[in-house]
Order: sequence, then structure tokens, then C-alpha cells
Amino acid sequence: MQNNPSAQAATGLTRPPRARARRGSRYWPFIVPAVVFYVFVVLVPGIQGAGFSFTDWDGLNPSFSFVGIDNYIRLAGDPQAVRAVLNTLGLALVATVLENLIGLLLALALNGRLKSRHILRVVFFAPVVILTIVIAFLWQYIYTPDGPLNSVLRGIGLDGLAQNWLGDPKIALWSIAAIVIWQFSGYSMIIFLAGLQSVPVEQLEAASLDGAGPFARFWHVVRPLLAPAITVNLMLSLIRGFMVFDQIWVTTQGGPAQSTDSLSTLVYRNAFQYGELGYSAAIAVVLTVFVAVFGIVQYRYVLRSGVAK
Amino acid sequence: MNRYTARTGTLEGVMILVGILFLFPIYILVNLSVRPLDDLSSPLAPTTNPTFDNFVNAWNQAGLGGALINSAIITVVSVALIVLLSSSAAYALARATARWSTISFYGFMIGLLIPFQLGLIPLYKTMSQLGLLGSLLPLIIIYVGLRLPFSIFLFVQFLRQIPLDYEEAASLDGASTFQTFHRVVLPLVRPVTGTVIILNGLFTWNDFLTPLLYLSGSGNQTIPVAIYTFVGEYATQWQLVFAALIIGALPVLIAFFFIQKSLIQGLASGVKG
Repeated sequence: MQNNPSAQAATGLTRPPRARARRGSRYWPFIVPAVVFYVFVVLVPGIQGAGFSFTDWDGLNPSFSFVGIDNYIRLAGDPQAVRAVLNTLGLALVATVLENLIGLLLALALNGRLKSRHILRVVFFAPVVILTIVIAFLWQYIYTPDGPLNSVLRGIGLDGLAQNWLGDPKIALWSIAAIVIWQFSGYSMIIFLAGLQSVPVEQLEAASLDGAGPFARFWHVVRPLLAPAITVNLMLSLIRGFMVFDQIWVTTQGGPAQSTDSLSTLVYRNAFQYGELGYSAAIAVVLTVFVAVFGIVQYRYVLRSGVAK
Repeated sequence: MNRYTARTGTLEGVMILVGILFLFPIYILVNLSVRPLDDLSSPLAPTTNPTFDNFVNAWNQAGLGGALINSAIITVVSVALIVLLSSSAAYALARATARWSTISFYGFMIGLLIPFQLGLIPLYKTMSQLGLLGSLLPLIIIYVGLRLPFSIFLFVQFLRQIPLDYEEAASLDGASTFQTFHRVVLPLVRPVTGTVIILNGLFTWNDFLTPLLYLSGSGNQTIPVAIYTFVGEYATQWQLVFAALIIGALPVLIAFFFIQKSLIQGLASGVKG
């Protein structure tokens, strides 16, 4: 496989370009720097983290011992951790479904003939480019018991709907989900809009002449062509949903009564506030398993449906 | 298909209404940020005597100037490195057909599935042993490593759609691999380069957890950390807080308005059916 420059020079032969493009060695310099950063920042710490999950390390003491799967046993019996697992799953699934549904409806509405479509696209995308912690603080204020949201509800006679949005353990998690959905529906919209650019107008017209209604047209013409956009969107919003941290940390720090704890906030709290690094690492491993399982399932589904090229 | 009918008009009206409702939080943000501190009327009512004092005070008290410079340095350097390293790595991964390139590609893609939290603590430990805590360097290193998988993915997907002809022509003309990459490949991938710059720029500028950890206790701050600290100190003075929030959000909003068209085009090239 190795190229031999001296032999080439001696015979005066060079390989045809396509054959040369297939050889690997001359590409090494292009990839080495990326590998170095990636291994140092992602791979090695990730493996170390997985390793720490089998220890009782407190983060300060240089000595620690291996405790086998004790941290995982503890995790399974820790109601706070179980709650965080359910919260993470719930938040990720609800956010994924609603972001994509809203994003798709917005994209379909704003792909067409509306005169205001350009300005409206900017409007719905705007939250994506605002700092997440700015959004979190803003909504924290909007959600205060005497804040703008309740004022509006009372103003239009819906007093019964006014809530202690972030203070009531029963609804606080979903109030945070609403923030995430408001923030990222525009992101879904942009990706769907981009995907809609590849739906030929002629096909839509043909379907329309065949008497297809809007739903039939969407299902049979638009949806198959949108498949790549759907894949990208589902992947992005699921991973985002699993890792939500800023929005929770700023608004509730996991409270009230741990009702909004996610795996991310639990990892952070155990590691940097309780000094339970081994336990924190075990929680991070569980989070990794969730992301990986959902990611791989989705990737396989995409391969089977023949979308990925 | 292209007629503007009564139904289109109705849809237009509905969408404008939805847009206005959607902007309600932003209205509250702007409305309170220009309100004098002693004006205690409802946050819903438009401010009658707007002032920019809050912005001046927030700027001075939150130390936003220094934080803006730090955030700008981190974002520019990180994004430049990400673009350089991920485009060249993607070039190698998309064009070399040796077995190592397939393995490396999947090796990078595993990174998409590893949450940052898993390596958070060991990496922090390593950085502290290297004596890098409190400086901007670990942040840049982390953002580059963290964002390479996604950026490489975007570049590889794009490069696989581009025919080899241009590169073959260049190498027939005697261009080296580096020259081919620099003169031929980089201009070809420009649309996706825009997307990579924007998405990573947003991520880097917005990130809160990493600087919170790595800069805590040092004099250095980034915009999100400065705002977080400021809000902690002035939590009751929402007018000041909101002015600070707007200052933090503004640079990216302005950038977005200039590049929104190329952003959509760039994303479109990534999800073509």
C-alpha cells in the first residue's frame, strides 16, 4: 500500500489521478490535528469518566478504591435519580415531538405565498440566536406568580389557568419544557424549510390536478422528500432534550422538591456540590446510554428506510 | 399554485397573529429594559417615558465590556480552528478510501453520542493539573474538540455529493494535495462552511456551563457568566437585568440579521432529498 517515491521517480511513472485519490497515506496530515483535539477532549475523558463510575472517588482525595457496580445499584434505588431519569425522558420526548410538529406547521405555512414570510421566518428563528441563559431568565420572570403570563391570563378572564408555573412541583417541569419548545421550534422550522426547497412545485401541482387534498399531498408528495430534514431534526432535538441544563439550572436549579432535576443537573450537583464524583460519573454513563440507544435506533431506522446515502 | 387567494390572506392574518403572540416574551424584555427603575406599572403596559439609563448602568456594573472581549476572542479563535480542522479532516475522510478512513469516520461519529457530562470531571481534573484553570485556553481547546464530530459530519456529507472531477483536474495540473485542498476543495464547500461557522459560533457564544466551571474564581468572564453573576446580585431590579440580557443577546442577533439568508441556504444543502 505504501507509495514508493524513489521507485516512481526512477521509472518516471505516476499513477492516474483516480487511483491516487483512493490511496490513504497522503491524507494523514489533514486528519491528525482533528484526531488529537478529539481524543484529548472527548474520547479520553469519556473513557476516564466511565471508569470513575466504578469508584468511590470524591474528587479531592488522591486515593480511591474500586467499588464495582455499587454506584449503579445505588442509582437504581435512589428515588431522586429515578425521578431525574423519568424527567429527562419526558422532557426530551415532549420537546422533540412538539418542536418538530410546530416547526413543520410553521415551515409549511411560511414556504408558500405569504407576503410576510421572510419577516415571519426571522421572528420564529430569533429565539435560537438569543443566549439560552437570557431566555431562561426572561421566562423565569414571565412565570413569576404575579408576572406577565398570569397577568395576561387574569386580564382575559382565565383566572383559573393562572399557576405558580415554576413553584408547583406538578407543572414546573412542563413549564421548562415550554421554554425549550419556544426556543427551538424555529430551529426545526428552518431545517424543514430548507428541506421543502427540494420539493418540486411541479409535483405538487400534478398531485393537486389529480384531485389530491392538502393532507394527501403532504403525506404522499412532501413527507417522503422531507425525510432527510425529519431525520436531522429528530436527532438534533432529541440530543438537545436529553442534555437540557441551562434552562433548568437558571430557573429552578432542579427544584421545587427535585421535581425538575434532569440527569444533567444531577451530574453537576453530585460532582461539584456534593463531591460525589464516582456517583456523578455513573449518572453520566446512564445519560450516555440513553443518548446512544436513541441515536443508534434512529440511525438504523434511517438506514433501513433508505434515506441515508 | 401561485395565486394569492382569500385563503392565503386568512393564513397570512393567522400567521401574523401567531408571530405577535410568539414575540410576547421579547416585548416584555424590551419593554422593561427601557423602563425607569421607579416606574412600577404593569409589565404589560407600554413604557411611557423610555430611558437608556438601564443599559449604561448594566454595562458598567456587570463588567460586560471585558466579558464581551473574552467571549469574542473565544468564539473567533475556536470557530476558526473548528473550520480549519474539521474541513481538512473531512476532506481526508471523504476522499481516502483506505480502511482507516472509514474507521476514523465512525470514531468521530461516536462523539455525537457521548454527552459532554461524561468527560466533564476527568477533563476538568486534567486541565487543572496542566495549570490552565482561569484562562481562556481550556475553553478554546474544549470547544474545538467537542464540536469537531458534528462539523466533520456536515463537511463529509457535503463533500460526498461533490464530484471528484475538479480535484482530479487540479492534480493533473500538478497541484499538491495541500494546494488542491486550499484552492479547489475549500471554495467548493463554502456553503456548508457558512453553516459550520454559524452553528459553532452560536454554540460557543452561548455556552454557559463550561466557562462557569473553568473561569470561576478568576477575573475572567464570558458574557453568559457575567450575566448570570449580575442577575444573582441584582435579581430584584428586573429593569437592569433585562438591559444586561439585551446587551448580551445583541451581538449575535445583529450577526444573524446579516447572514440569515446564507444560513438557510447552507442548511438546505445539508438536508437535500
